[in-house]
Amino acid sequence: MKGSYDILMVGIGGQGIILASNILGEACLIEGRSVKGAETHGMAQRGGSVEGHIRIDGTLGPLIPPGTADILIAFDMLEGLRYSHYLAPGGRIILNSHMVIPTSVFMQGAKVPTEQEILDGLAHHPVCSVDADRLAAESGSPLSQNVVMLGAASRFLPLKPESLLEAVGRLVPKKTVEINRKAFEAGRNAGERCQTGNP
Amino acid sequence: MQACESNVTKQNPSRGELMERRYLLGNEAIAHGCLESPVDFITGYPGTPSSEVIDLLRILPDAQYYVEWSVNEKVALENALAAAWCGLRSLCTMKHVGLNVAADPLMTSAYTGVTGGLVIMSGDDPFAHSSQNEQDSRCYALFAKIPCLDPGSIQEAHDMMRDAFSLSEQFGLPVIFRPTTRICHSKGDIELGDVAKRARIGEFHRNPQQYVVIPAHTRVLHKKLNEKQAAVKSALVEKGYNHYVVRGPTAVVASGIAATYVQEVLPPDVSFMKIGAYPIDEEWLGEFIRQHEKVLVVEELHPVVEEAVRQVAGCVTVHGKKDGKSPYEGEFSPTAVAAIMKSCGFSPSREFPAAIPVAGLPARPPILCAGCMHRPVFYTMKKVFKDGIFPSDIGCYTLGLQLGAVDTTICMGASVTIGSGISHSGEEREVVATIGDSTFLHTGIPGLLNAVYNRARMVLVILDNRITAMTGHQPNPTTGLNARGESSDPVSLEAICRACGVSFVETVDPYDLVSLTTAMKSARDRPGVKVIIARQPCVITARRAGVRRGRFQVDPETCTACGLCVKFGCPAIERIDEKAFINDLCSGCGVCVQICPSGAIGKEVSR
Repeated sequence: MKGSYDILMVGIGGQGIILASNILGEACLIEGRSVKGAETHGMAQRGGSVEGHIRIDGTLGPLIPPGTADILIAFDMLEGLRYSHYLAPGGRIILNSHMVIPTSVFMQGAKVPTEQEILDGLAHHPVCSVDADRLAAESGSPLSQNVVMLGAASRFLPLKPESLLEAVGRLVPKKTVEINRKAFEAGRNAGERCQTGNP
Repeated sequence: MQACESNVTKQNPSRGELMERRYLLGNEAIAHGCLESPVDFITGYPGTPSSEVIDLLRILPDAQYYVEWSVNEKVALENALAAAWCGLRSLCTMKHVGLNVAADPLMTSAYTGVTGGLVIMSGDDPFAHSSQNEQDSRCYALFAKIPCLDPGSIQEAHDMMRDAFSLSEQFGLPVIFRPTTRICHSKGDIELGDVAKRARIGEFHRNPQQYVVIPAHTRVLHKKLNEKQAAVKSALVEKGYNHYVVRGPTAVVASGIAATYVQEVLPPDVSFMKIGAYPIDEEWLGEFIRQHEKVLVVEELHPVVEEAVRQVAGCVTVHGKKDGKSPYEGEFSPTAVAAIMKSCGFSPSREFPAAIPVAGLPARPPILCAGCMHRPVFYTMKKVFKDGIFPSDIGCYTLGLQLGAVDTTICMGASVTIGSGISHSGEEREVVATIGDSTFLHTGIPGLLNAVYNRARMVLVILDNRITAMTGHQPNPTTGLNARGESSDPVSLEAICRACGVSFVETVDPYDLVSLTTAMKSARDRPGVKVIIARQPCVITARRAGVRRGRFQVDPETCTACGLCVKFGCPAIERIDEKAFINDLCSGCGVCVQICPSGAIGKEVSR
C-alpha cells in the first residue's frame, strides 16, 4: 500500500545523479504526477558514495525505506552492490558495467570485489548491465552517462519515454541537447535488450 | 530559479489563481518563499544544509534586495538585525552551529525586537551528515523566547518562509526558521506563488529605550518580551502550524519531517498531532493530550515537544525519548518511526522488511580532489614535523584526517586557539595548525592575535584557496568578488597576519614541494607564532575558470612500483599490477612528479 514507484540512484559524487534526479522529477511534472526525492549534497559529494531517492506518485516523505525500492540505477558496480539491500524482492537493477576503485583500496590495501563477485552478489535480482561509458562516448560526450542510464531504465519506469526526452531537452545545457538525446536513445536500446531477456 | 527553469502551471481550485508547480530542492523552494514575501535584505554565512538559499538568491538578475555573504554568522545577524530595525524584511541564513556564533546578538534581539520582519534560517543536521554535532535550533528559540517554525515538508517550508516575515512583524520579534537536512536537501513538486514586486527603503528611527540595552532599558524590554508570549502561542495554533485530529484513545504527536514519516505508517484509528511551530500553547496541547490514554511523541534531536507534552500530561502515559523508546541522536526514517511505534504498542500501517547491507565492501568516503592544494601541504607537514601535533579546522581540509594530518577539529576558527592552548600546556612537540582562508576570516583572526600576544609557540598554515569551497564555492573577502559577483578588493592575509603581530609570514605555492618544505623548515626553527600562507586556487574553481594544465602519466618501464606516489592519496593515482597509473581525474598539479624518486612521471604525450 505504498502508492509510489520508488527509484534509487547510486554512484559517486560528480557522476550526475542530481541532474538525473531533476530529469525524472521534471518528467513527473510533465505528466502531472506528484514526486518526492532526496539526495546527497555538501562535502559527501567530494568523490564519495552518493545516493538519490525518487518517489514517483509520492505524496509524503522523500526517503525510500530499505527493502522496498522498485528499481536501482547504479552508476558504478560497487555502489550498486553497496545499496542493493534497498531493493524490494525481485526489484530490478540497471547497472553501469564499470567500477571506480575507491582510493582507500590503493592506500590501505583494502579488498575490492571483482566484477564477477559483484554480479554474483546481485544474482537474486534481474540485472540489466549497460556499458554507459562506451554508449556515452559514442553519443558524443562521456558526461552523458547519466542520461544513458536513464534511457536504459526508461524501459521499466512508469513514465512515458516522450516525457523523459522532453525533460532531458529542458534540463541539460542547450549545447548538449542533441548529444543527450542520442545518449537517451542509446541507453533505451540497451535497455530493450534486457527487456527481451537477452542482456 | 536557475536550476530548474521549466515549469508547469495549473489552476489551483482553492485559490482560483494560476499557480506554478516545479520540482525543486527544499532550499530552492525556501528561496522562492522569500521572493514571494518579498525579502529586502539578505545576509548569511555558508553552511550545509543552508547554503543554497543565498546561492540561488544572489545570482538572480534584477534582484531588488541587498544580499551579502558575511564573514561570519554574528556579523551576518547583526547586519540583518540593523536592516530589520530600519523596517526591512531581512533574512539571515546559517547552519545550526552558526547559530552558536550568532547567539550573542540573537538573545538580545528578542528584547529589542524588530520593525521589519527578521527571519533567521538555521539549518539543523540530524545524523551530522556534514556537521560537527547534532544540536537543535529549536532550543535556541525557546531560550531566546522567540517563535520557531519547524517545517515537515518542502511545501510547508516554502509556505512557512513566505509567511515568516509577516509573523515576525506581527509580534515585532525575530523568527527562527529551522528546516533540517532532509527538508533542505530533499526535492518535491512544489506549488509556488508569484514573486512580489514591492521593495522597501530602510529608515532608522532613533529610540534609545529600544535600541540601547543599558540595564534600565533592558529590564523593561524583558518584561515586554514575556508579555508577548501568550499571544504568540495562540497565534501559532490559529495560523494552523500546530493542529491535530482525534481518532481514538491513543495518539502520536510529531514535529518536523518526522511528522511526515509518521503519516506514512500511521494506523487509521490513532489520533495525530502535528507541531510545526513553537512556543506550543500548553492549554491547547493539554486539551488534546488528556483526551487520550497513551501518547507517543516522535521528533528528531532534542525532546522539545516531549517536554511540553509531559508537562501537561497528568496521568496520561507518554512515550518518547525520556523513557528510552525513541533515540535522542541520529535522523529518523519511516522504518525507524515504525519501529518506535511498535515498541510502544502501536501497529504501523506498513511493515518494512529487514534489509541487511552487503558486508565487507571497501568504504568510499569523500576525499580531497585530485590536484587539491591541501594534499601537498599535509604531505610536507608530516615530513617536516614528523612528531608534530596538528590542530585543524572546518572545511574540505578536515579530510586531511585520512592523511594523518588532522589531530583536532571542534568548531570554526579553533585550529589556532587549540594550537596555542596545547603550546602553553607544557607539551613540547611542535604544534602546526591548519585553517582555510574563509575560516581564518570567520573566527581565526582573534585566536591568532591572542596567540601572538600571549607568546604561544606554533606554526599556523593558512590553506588559501581563495574561496569557501566545501559548502559550494561561495566567494569570501579573499576572492575579489562579492556575493553578487561584483569585484571588490581582496583582503591581504599577509597584512592581517602582520597586523596581528606575526613577524614570520611566508607565502608559498603548495604545488612546489621544495618551497613548501623550505618555508616549513625555517618556520620550525624560529620562536613564537609563525604563519605560512599556502596559496593556490581551489582545483574546482580553477577548472571552471578554464585552467588546463595537461595531465601527467607514469612510464611503466621506469616505475619501480615503490608505491610512494600511491601513498600520497590522490584519487588520480591508481595501482595496476603493482605499478602506478594516472587516471582521467588528473588535473596536472605536478606534485606526484616531485614525489616520484625514479623520475617515472611526466607530462602526458598526446596519443
